[in-house]
Amino acid sequence: MKYQSQAVAKPYFIAAIGLFIGQILFGLIMGLQYLWGDFLFPAIPFNVARMVHTNLLIVWLLFGFMGAAYYMIPEEAERELYSPKLAKLMFWVFLVAGALTVVSYLAVPYATLAKWSGNGLVATMGREFLEQPLYTKVGIVVVALVFLFNISMTLLAGRKTSISLVMILGLWGLAVFFLFSFYNPNNLVKDKYYWWWVVHLWVEGVWELILGAMLAFVLVKITGVDREVIEKWLYVIIAMTLITGIIGTGHHYFWIGTPAYWQWWGSIFSALEPIPFFMMTVFAFNMVNRRRREHPNKAATLWALGTGVMSFLGAGVWGFLHTLAPVNYYTHGSQITAAHGHMAFYGAYVMVVITMISYAMPLLRGREANSNRAQVLEMWSFWLMTIAMVFITLFLTAAGILQVWLQRISATPMSFMDTQDQLRLFYWLREFSGVIFAVGLVLYVISFFIKERKTANA
Amino acid sequence: MTTLTLQATPQKSIPGDLAMWFFILAELLVFGVLFICYGITRFADPALFNAGQTHLHAGQAAWNTLFLITGSGTAVLAAHAIARLQYRQGSIFLVATFASGVLFVVNKLMEFASYLGQGYTLSTDNFWMFYLFLTFFHFLHVILGMVIIAAVWIKLQQGHYRNGQTAGVETATSYWHMVDLVWIVLFPLVYLIR
Repeated sequence: MKYQSQAVAKPYFIAAIGLFIGQILFGLIMGLQYLWGDFLFPAIPFNVARMVHTNLLIVWLLFGFMGAAYYMIPEEAERELYSPKLAKLMFWVFLVAGALTVVSYLAVPYATLAKWSGNGLVATMGREFLEQPLYTKVGIVVVALVFLFNISMTLLAGRKTSISLVMILGLWGLAVFFLFSFYNPNNLVKDKYYWWWVVHLWVEGVWELILGAMLAFVLVKITGVDREVIEKWLYVIIAMTLITGIIGTGHHYFWIGTPAYWQWWGSIFSALEPIPFFMMTVFAFNMVNRRRREHPNKAATLWALGTGVMSFLGAGVWGFLHTLAPVNYYTHGSQITAAHGHMAFYGAYVMVVITMISYAMPLLRGREANSNRAQVLEMWSFWLMTIAMVFITLFLTAAGILQVWLQRISATPMSFMDTQDQLRLFYWLREFSGVIFAVGLVLYVISFFIKERKTANA
Repeated sequence: MTTLTLQATPQKSIPGDLAMWFFILAELLVFGVLFICYGITRFADPALFNAGQTHLHAGQAAWNTLFLITGSGTAVLAAHAIARLQYRQGSIFLVATFASGVLFVVNKLMEFASYLGQGYTLSTDNFWMFYLFLTFFHFLHVILGMVIIAAVWIKLQQGHYRNGQTAGVETATSYWHMVDLVWIVLFPLVYLIR
């Protein structure tokens, strides 16, 4: 840690991991609800569990991004953070708002929450991933603006590097596109159309800039490869991301009532979206192979390489599987989508946040790297979580193929619920993989508490 | 007896920045896929495409071809001049390249305005969908090319590229050539080939 104010990143990272645990718990609950529909009913119905599972994911990733920015920007700008106090204050505001939101999801029926929170005045609720009540949405905007003000001021006064510029561009984009969550037209087509401006332009647009910048930052630090080389890669990757990702939004516009030309442009451009992810894989391995130093933090290197591979598989390959309009005609909204969603979020965003935490946390705790024992355990958690996620994805893909076949292709199509009964075996296997994932996560948390074994015996 | 001496070809690295070449290849891939899709769709319904093509202003597009090629020529001259340390000349050639882009953009906008004025949109039919999208997507690339040329011109005024450091100019020129090359394929493909 080069600057005192980088320390504000620490609570953000801790909160991120805490919420991650919550997300996985609700994932396990939901996995069981796929098998026993009334599990925990009426206390936690499926729709609530799902909302908590996805909302926690988004919120903890946002904590991770903000923590990463607070760590990276002072170091890149070569000066202290503009206002560490503001950063600490915003941490508590965001944490309390996030916790209150989850509690209110669980405590009152969603419709009641909508009524209480003034959804009748400004309707923003009820859309997947953007279910938050109005006050939370406003809170997110306030926190985001104060956060952006803080890091932008830091950057303006200091050294401007390509990595920090790409990072801040991504973060500003994140805030700007979130504003579309307040636009809720009555026309259902338009509603969905702009909903994707938040959802797609986040995860297949501006978040990829954040991902690229975070990965590049860690690679500069752990490989010692010239910044010039790494920044050049970063530019090429983000240029390709934007060229393919922006028009690639069209792959969500196939069947929602938008003009037919989207089937062409959505298919073509989104089919090319794996390219920047593939570049990222080549980039990560290339830089590690050309490393000019042996960084003692092996675990962070492993997470960085893992991000390269898993984001390509999850976002790139599993996205491509069902992105062409003629294929998507059958697979739309099936378990294949769920398979893609799981591996893409884990491979790209979960892993890059953990990469950053893995690199920065030891430094924030006053050492270059964790003890060997702690790192070994962390690497175990890497393999357990990653392999478990591969299996979750494979089982959901199998379930999805069977689902599409029974429900949509077969000469005697089955109803949705009858089809679900046929998928139970895969749901069991998915739940089992989920338990393994949770074990990996527990090991990951334990790895933070492992101390150096005293080397007494000589 | 004659001895045959094999002369090693001089190892010349690619002009400009390697990263730009990755970008250029990726761009060509995007356009390549678009052209193939155009070809397949045209093959499925040649009558529709032939009918649509008769409404295009090929003459105006021919002028645009001339503008882009001229711009490519002056871009090369600019790179050579800067390599020979003739900065003033280089600067003028860069301005000429930018100006050729302006001519292209103005001419293309008039052409777009004419089609849109006649009521053709992306939803008219497959031909117009492809025509408008392909040429507009290329149009955006011309603008990006102009931005890159302008950036190089500004850096030249600021005194970069002294002592024959031409990598930046070559990088920009390479991109411009790519935009030009794509048009040289696009022009006959959508305007001429029936």
